[in-house]
Amino acid sequence: MTESLAITKFSDLANPTRFLALVARLLPWMACLTAGLFAVGLYLSFTTEGDYQQGETVRIMYVHVPAAWLSMMCYSVMALSAIGTLVWRHPLADVSHKAAAPLGAAFTLIALATGSLWGKPMWGTWWVWDARLTSVFILFLMYLGLIALNRALDDPSRAARLSAVLILVGFVNIPIIKFSVDWWNTLHQPASVVRLDGPTIAPEFLVPLLVMALAFTLLFFTLHLMAMRNEIWRRRVGAQRRMAARMAGREA
Amino acid sequence: MMALLLRDLKLSVRAGGGALIGVLFFMTVVAVIPFGVGPDLNLLSRIGPAIVWIGALLSALLGLDRLFQTEREDGSLDLILMQEHPLVLTVLVKCLAHWLANGLPLVIASPLLGLFMNMSETAIGAVALTLLVGSPALTFIGAVGAAVAVALPRGGLLVSILVLPLAVPVLIFGVSASYAAVEDPAPFMPPFLMLSAITMFFAVLGPVGAALALRNAGD
Repeated sequence: MTESLAITKFSDLANPTRFLALVARLLPWMACLTAGLFAVGLYLSFTTEGDYQQGETVRIMYVHVPAAWLSMMCYSVMALSAIGTLVWRHPLADVSHKAAAPLGAAFTLIALATGSLWGKPMWGTWWVWDARLTSVFILFLMYLGLIALNRALDDPSRAARLSAVLILVGFVNIPIIKFSVDWWNTLHQPASVVRLDGPTIAPEFLVPLLVMALAFTLLFFTLHLMAMRNEIWRRRVGAQRRMAARMAGREA
Repeated sequence: MMALLLRDLKLSVRAGGGALIGVLFFMTVVAVIPFGVGPDLNLLSRIGPAIVWIGALLSALLGLDRLFQTEREDGSLDLILMQEHPLVLTVLVKCLAHWLANGLPLVIASPLLGLFMNMSETAIGAVALTLLVGSPALTFIGAVGAAVAVALPRGGLLVSILVLPLAVPVLIFGVSASYAAVEDPAPFMPPFLMLSAITMFFAVLGPVGAALALRNAGD
């Protein structure tokens, strides 16, 4: 019974007005929570001790690692929305994966930029063509390609269905990114937080990292909801403009 | 299905089909490289396998937008969509025909270009073999991009942008297998088997994705 209730609630959101009302109620809370978490996370990141080997540059990790996680999570959210578009024809799913693509590109760019800033003092080079870096760069290119495809098609529902197909095909890249450090011998260090035998990272670094990761995740969802709201508004404005033009044509 | 295969083959080989333009482009790209890096034969023989692979990748992309575009222009795409055969099979056959007309000539031309690049016999053989195994994957991946972009007026460039990131693993394993055949310590079989696995994987995923996109592209 609860499940069917959940499904009804979810399909209720297909009505954009209901969705907008929900977003209007949620957004202030989420924005406040995000700002609070960022305040705590940044305070922790700047007050904990530097690493005995890496010194102060270890603080780059608090931005780099969450951004990299988010770049993959954003693509997963897009893939789920793509399934929603193709299987359930949920109109909100169309808006969702369209709105998420620029966000994903931004997080990937942050991860790449901070990674190269971190790589310069640690590895002695801005960029190496190792498996992790290359696959993340490919992810960035795929985000840009999806944005380009969305801009090239003028019918929004067809653009959504076509990019959904492409998102699902491109999803093969996500496991490659995740496991690239295990499959190939790379310069990039292997996973040290999410692993079976517990994190290998010292707790004094782990706590700020997790707070920052939570803050980044909330930031993503806040921005994602805002972008979805803007997209719905944009479509409404477009529809009303077309209607106004039609009315003006009739009067003339 | 046989009839469709033959029809596509005939269409692409006869005048205006553009199958041979791909080979010509391939040769031009590879011929331009020595002008760029200088005619140093040692250097050319070292980068040769990579150059031949990149040239093949680019010319495989060049022909992709024709895969469904001509069908859409003369309306036979709608007939293909409406027929009783599963669309996935039709797309698979079209991909095979496209590969026979556009991919296979590249494989056949590659030994000649290998000679231009001053590559050893083993390297030439390895490049031709990896291209033979790897180039179908390029066609299958490209089919998705071609199907997505079929409704666009100027889809050609967009197809390349969408397809290239997905084609990178094919390039990586193709080139590393070719190099492994020449240089002793690296074993040839693991990257070669990975390449075959990628081809088979995309032989399934590509037509499914392309069929899905074609169904959604029609309005």
